[in-house]
Amino acid sequence: MKVGVVTFPGSLDDGDARRAVTLAGGEAVALWHADADLRGVDAVVLPGGFSYGDYLRCGAIARFAPVMTEVVRAAEGGMPVLGICNGFQVLCESHLLPGALVRNDHQKFVCKDQRLRVEQTGTAWTSSFTAGQEITVPLKNGEGGFVADTATLDRLEGEGRVVFRYLDGNPNGSLRDIAGISNDRGNVVGLMPHPEHAVEELFGPGLDGLGLFTSVLSAGLEAIA
Amino acid sequence: MGRVVIDVMPKPEILDPQGKAVVGALPRLGFDLFTSVRQGKRFELEVAGDVTPEVLEQARRAAETLLSNPVIEDVVSVREAGPAGDTTEAQA
Repeated sequence: MKVGVVTFPGSLDDGDARRAVTLAGGEAVALWHADADLRGVDAVVLPGGFSYGDYLRCGAIARFAPVMTEVVRAAEGGMPVLGICNGFQVLCESHLLPGALVRNDHQKFVCKDQRLRVEQTGTAWTSSFTAGQEITVPLKNGEGGFVADTATLDRLEGEGRVVFRYLDGNPNGSLRDIAGISNDRGNVVGLMPHPEHAVEELFGPGLDGLGLFTSVLSAGLEAIA
Repeated sequence: MGRVVIDVMPKPEILDPQGKAVVGALPRLGFDLFTSVRQGKRFELEVAGDVTPEVLEQARRAAETLLSNPVIEDVVSVREAGPAGDTTEAQA
């Protein structure tokens, strides 16, 4: 199964995301922001870092990158898409996910190993986890505060679309401790923490991040079978 | 050459950490009269000709689609202004 990883001008974690895909047993395919071409991939990861200087708002310019037209079309057709950190911001700006990410409430950059609870295992990216499973992956962001209006938050909670929640304190002011959400179909997931940095022994806090990548690979196998 | 000025502000209900940081710094310099600061954005858009109603309409649409994110920001003003370098703004 081919998983594409987009590189925007300013992406930092595209290499780690490709590595995570490979370690999970998939074939990682590098995608380029300026090419309106998904190269036949079965899923897409929008990685962390920055994009186009994050001028205007984080992810606001990346949303209009040629590759994003194809990503949005594919996502609306059901292709699994994962946005990590800046990728999450791009998904929100693209309206594939509701809400927005704003500057951390404490005004400082945060970089730490973060415990999360997996709230929803019915998505393309979380089926390898058990419901309520607690995992630890790195978190590093300056603008990671998830916000949305109350009606949207209630809908996300009611429809089981809160996928990850922060444990042991809220690191960035995200409303209702939300660390990651999905679209209504469950194929598009965005989260602030970085699972791709927790996929290999001796690098990062453990292997808890690998589950997202094995999930999408098994989802792909089921689709073929 | 005409110019349109657009102001975008964070929504009142959204926490504005930048404004909070600024209001925290003001008293350290002796500016002790201000109880709250909110920080927004100002855009200046230039056009080759005059600022026509069509130009203003397009500026409004640009403001709502690209220049602001309606989830967290409000477009508080879209107005004609004098040419670049002229800081006085035309009366709307």
